[in-house]
Amino acid sequence: MDYIIILIAAVFVNNIVLSQFLGICPFLGVSNKVSTSIGMSGAVLFVMTLATLVTYLLYQFILIPAGLNYLRTIAFILVIAALVQMVEIILKKVSPSLYQALGVFLPLITTNCAVLGVAILALGLENGSLLKAVFFAVANSIGFALALIVFASIREQLELANIPKGMKGVPINLLIAGLLSLAFLGFTGLV
Amino acid sequence: MKKKESTLINMVAAMLLITLIAGFSLGFVNELTLEPIAKSKLDQKVNALKLVLPVFDNNPVAAMILLKVENVKDSVEVYPAFLNDAFVGAAVIGTSEKGFSGLIKLMIGFKPDGTIQNIAVLEQKETPGLGTKIKDAAFINQYRDKNLAIFNAKVKKDGGEIDGLTGATITTRAFSEATQMAYDEFIKDTAFISKSKN
Amino acid sequence: MAAIINQKENFFKGIVKENPVFVMLLGMCPTLGVTSSGFNGLGMGVATLFVLLMSNIVVSLIKNQIPSKVRIPAFIIVIASFVTIVEMVLEAFMPFLYEQLGIFIPLIVVNCLILGRAEAFASKNTLFSSVLDALGMGIGFIIALTLLGAVRELLGSGSIFDIKLVAENANTFILFILPPGAFIALAYLAVLFNKISIKTS
Repeated sequence: MDYIIILIAAVFVNNIVLSQFLGICPFLGVSNKVSTSIGMSGAVLFVMTLATLVTYLLYQFILIPAGLNYLRTIAFILVIAALVQMVEIILKKVSPSLYQALGVFLPLITTNCAVLGVAILALGLENGSLLKAVFFAVANSIGFALALIVFASIREQLELANIPKGMKGVPINLLIAGLLSLAFLGFTGLV
Repeated sequence: MKKKESTLINMVAAMLLITLIAGFSLGFVNELTLEPIAKSKLDQKVNALKLVLPVFDNNPVAAMILLKVENVKDSVEVYPAFLNDAFVGAAVIGTSEKGFSGLIKLMIGFKPDGTIQNIAVLEQKETPGLGTKIKDAAFINQYRDKNLAIFNAKVKKDGGEIDGLTGATITTRAFSEATQMAYDEFIKDTAFISKSKN
Repeated sequence: MAAIINQKENFFKGIVKENPVFVMLLGMCPTLGVTSSGFNGLGMGVATLFVLLMSNIVVSLIKNQIPSKVRIPAFIIVIASFVTIVEMVLEAFMPFLYEQLGIFIPLIVVNCLILGRAEAFASKNTLFSSVLDALGMGIGFIIALTLLGAVRELLGSGSIFDIKLVAENANTFILFILPPGAFIALAYLAVLFNKISIKTS
């Protein structure tokens, strides 16, 4: 039951992009085509899950016992940076096709605040456990994917539309994101 | 100055040095701020206590007792207050998870007979501008100086006497539920709480 | 190269021409996430300015000691250290702001603005230019966040910097302090900003 609530909350109610404002940079940056947004979502799912797994273990079994929890931010960002590099190297060797699909997005993920954000938020889950933290990361990356792909689909359609000059580019994209966020607001109170 | 070459030794040495300096300086700042952080957390609690309790001269934080309740997950925190060794009331933490966005945590101050002195909102995640109005004095004043033995703290829609907040009925219900829970707890154990002077 | 930089231009570019929020779209997460009031926007802006300034100073000082292959992780450690300091100091001395900004304080680390300036500017320029660059960019960021926060607070809560301008029970555009309002308000501010900067240049 707990897990269903986490899933619904992360995907719809507290969507990581549209209501928590994490991962806005890739959300605005790589959403001009549906195909790239799917690639990005895949890379985020991969890294976010792995990063949360590692940082959760690091925090619970090294930082807290050593009384070094004030090093949380610095340790997490280093883990994420190293992880991204490692994933890149391993993917290149093990699965060149997957690397081809995700490779260009991997370096961008280090500075994707959604990854660090979810790793930190996962520590504060009620009755937290490793399984719950990892599930939380998966749920959030599904939420990220949903927002990103819906947004990219709208933007693809928009290319044909006649937009006032001053609104072109950034403003219209922000406005669409706003309306999307408004739509997701309808889910509030669901859990 | 010439830029250092990217040899393995240089790279390892540079990273090691930076990490060491960063680690030590953070440790140092952590030492410096440890005490102020603890103090500010305590201050927040004491300020909330001063707000909701009648005048007291003991240290309710030190006198805090935990009561185990059947239908609540965690124990309930109770802060008894005394003035010149006489029991003047207690602050009880009341919670409800039925808020619009989950947990609502209140601190409710009771006089010895169970009349509500005042209420402070400790934690809430309600909708800004709608549900967050539970923090406004205009709303909280409806509960002040009321004794839940004779006052029905439910929302008017549910047959009670509280004016619900426009657009935030669910929040108001959760608020009343948390208050009721704290009241029940206080009444059940008044005898024990009033003797718990440390 | 450093000598021919026009220092006045260097400072002012961050405020208008290369404004990190309206023009470069850097650091969007905190921009949208914490600006439900003018005070929050200002607080986040100042915290970011501090980290940006300190990291630019340190990076500019150590730029020649860092082998270029490890420069990004080295910069990240420097930035993360200052962020942690900000986090601890805020928790100790401004607990109210600490609570309001929440998760977005540690996330200053991944604010692309800071790493971007360290990599693109401070690692190539003198200390003095780097300080001016950080100040200009930081002030541009503060202006953007405070403005967005103030607009959202004015429309959404009917107050400005916590000073109530309308009656206690008046109806305000609550939408603007909710998440969608952040996107919408920023969209129109960006239009306005484009218009003004086109006119002036």
